[in-house]
Amino acid sequence: MTVNPTAPARPVRTRGIEAARARQAIWLLLPTLIAIALVAGYPLYRTIYFSLFDASLTTPEQRTFIGLGNFWFTTDEGVALGFLQDPKWWGAVKNTLLFTVVSVTLETIFGMIIALVVNSTFKGRGLLRTAMLVPWAIPTVVSAQMWSYMYNDSFGLIGRGLLGGQALLANTDSAIWALIAVDVWKTTSFMALLILAGLQSLPSDMYEAADMDGASKWTQFWRLTLPLLRPALLVALVFRSLDALRVFDIMSVMLGNVNAAATSMTGYARQALIDNSLLGFGSAVSVAIFVIIMVIVVVYVTAFRVKFD
Amino acid sequence: MNLKTTNPALYYLQRAAFYLLVLVIAFYLLAPFFWAVLTSLRSPGDLFLPPAQFITAETTFQNYTQVFANPNFQRGLLYSLIVAVGSVLISLLIGSFAAYALGRFRFKGKQIIMYVILAVSVFPQIAVLSGLYTLISNLGLYNNPVGLILTYLIFTIPFTVWVLTSFVRDIPGELEEAALVDGASPLQTLFQVLFPVMMPALVTTGLLAFINAWNEYLFALTFTSTNRTVPVVIANYSGATQFDQPWGPIMAASIVVTVPLIILVLVFQRNIVSGLTAGAVKG
Repeated sequence: MTVNPTAPARPVRTRGIEAARARQAIWLLLPTLIAIALVAGYPLYRTIYFSLFDASLTTPEQRTFIGLGNFWFTTDEGVALGFLQDPKWWGAVKNTLLFTVVSVTLETIFGMIIALVVNSTFKGRGLLRTAMLVPWAIPTVVSAQMWSYMYNDSFGLIGRGLLGGQALLANTDSAIWALIAVDVWKTTSFMALLILAGLQSLPSDMYEAADMDGASKWTQFWRLTLPLLRPALLVALVFRSLDALRVFDIMSVMLGNVNAAATSMTGYARQALIDNSLLGFGSAVSVAIFVIIMVIVVVYVTAFRVKFD
Repeated sequence: MNLKTTNPALYYLQRAAFYLLVLVIAFYLLAPFFWAVLTSLRSPGDLFLPPAQFITAETTFQNYTQVFANPNFQRGLLYSLIVAVGSVLISLLIGSFAAYALGRFRFKGKQIIMYVILAVSVFPQIAVLSGLYTLISNLGLYNNPVGLILTYLIFTIPFTVWVLTSFVRDIPGELEEAALVDGASPLQTLFQVLFPVMMPALVTTGLLAFINAWNEYLFALTFTSTNRTVPVVIANYSGATQFDQPWGPIMAASIVVTVPLIILVLVFQRNIVSGLTAGAVKG
């Protein structure tokens, strides 16, 4: 480039254009930001606010400030009123965590197997790939009803056929495993799709080199595929775990809203909030769920150094 | 690869084991759905039959006629369609503005906005339930599909913004530069230059957001009492008595709300996989 006398003016003009572009960007973002503030920001603020009050859902304007009383409070007579003192809440936490850990682990393993199979060449590969999309496309409520029917002790393929008339869903301890099976069936394909996309982006020359060196397929999987797949796998794991932690549909449909409150954190909060009209108490539980999930996200992201970009 | 010549027995054994695995996977993925379809085509009296006789029992469409004659289900379909289409169209419109800004413009605070949008998309819905409930009832939108359209934006907007941003980034810059040199405003550029190129991305994103909205249950259950969407109708489908679960009609209703989704998904297979990976792996 040649030096010309008007050179100093140029950066100023570019800066002017940049500033104008930045202003335009804000205008373009404004509708989205307003919408998010209205449907996410403000309700979240209200939930946190209500969590500090004793209030009813039917008359939210008549509320009394009780600080952290919804979380932990014992009356003079020794009655525990805070939800953190309620064994049913801890049961819901335990069940939700069990549900999340077991179903996400199984989904990852099954998803990996299916993805590896679909990634190899064989006749009917296209068909299997299409079949993978079916459970994913089925609404959660529908898959919950399908499995409820299969678990049914007088009609069901599993309940009557395999177990000889055992009501699997009647007992909370066995029910949680039945629910895990539904979630694994429904979301394994999603995991498989994501892992498959990861597999297809792996460089093939590395595998050719490994073949030359005489590395077995087994060694190649553990030494090449898994380490290369790690970033994609971790992001998929974070998303699936977050999804599983807020589970409610499966419990609500298969166990009913009363028993859902004992097996899902969201179910417990919703029962307090809507069925029992306890606006303050229910909000406090919601805040706790929000905090639990945020803590898990931060731990995940820092422990595994997950990158989102 | 040359196992076929050196040890044919082992080779064919391996191939057989592999195809067995393929069959097991296909069975696992499809059998529950197949069983639901089959049940929807059997009369209630046949449900007691053992599997072999159940499969060969007479096919009937009575469950489907019953389901379509059910006013709750009819209204459910209508409301589901209104709510899902409404929230998706709003999200696509304002989401594409945001995606254009995030994918093409440089400005301060972009990273923070991206993180806020990502955070909202993984938000537990329960965390906003009580705040949204009071907001909806104050606006007089309880039991109104407009209330659901509004609340569904909490997950459709972050999703569309996130996926569209990754698509916008991949569009070559020359197109837009030519328009800018001609003096087009950003909105003109977006609508006349980028939208035609983004059409496949908009269809994919819209379809995925539609599926999410169509399947939503918690908000629909909480913010409506009679104007239910189909997931809530199916979850509460009851028979003549409280203890008599009408499995045939439930399965028929389930198939009716699922088949359109499966057809859409199969038609747009390729786009969907790329949309999902843009939304989750990259994001």
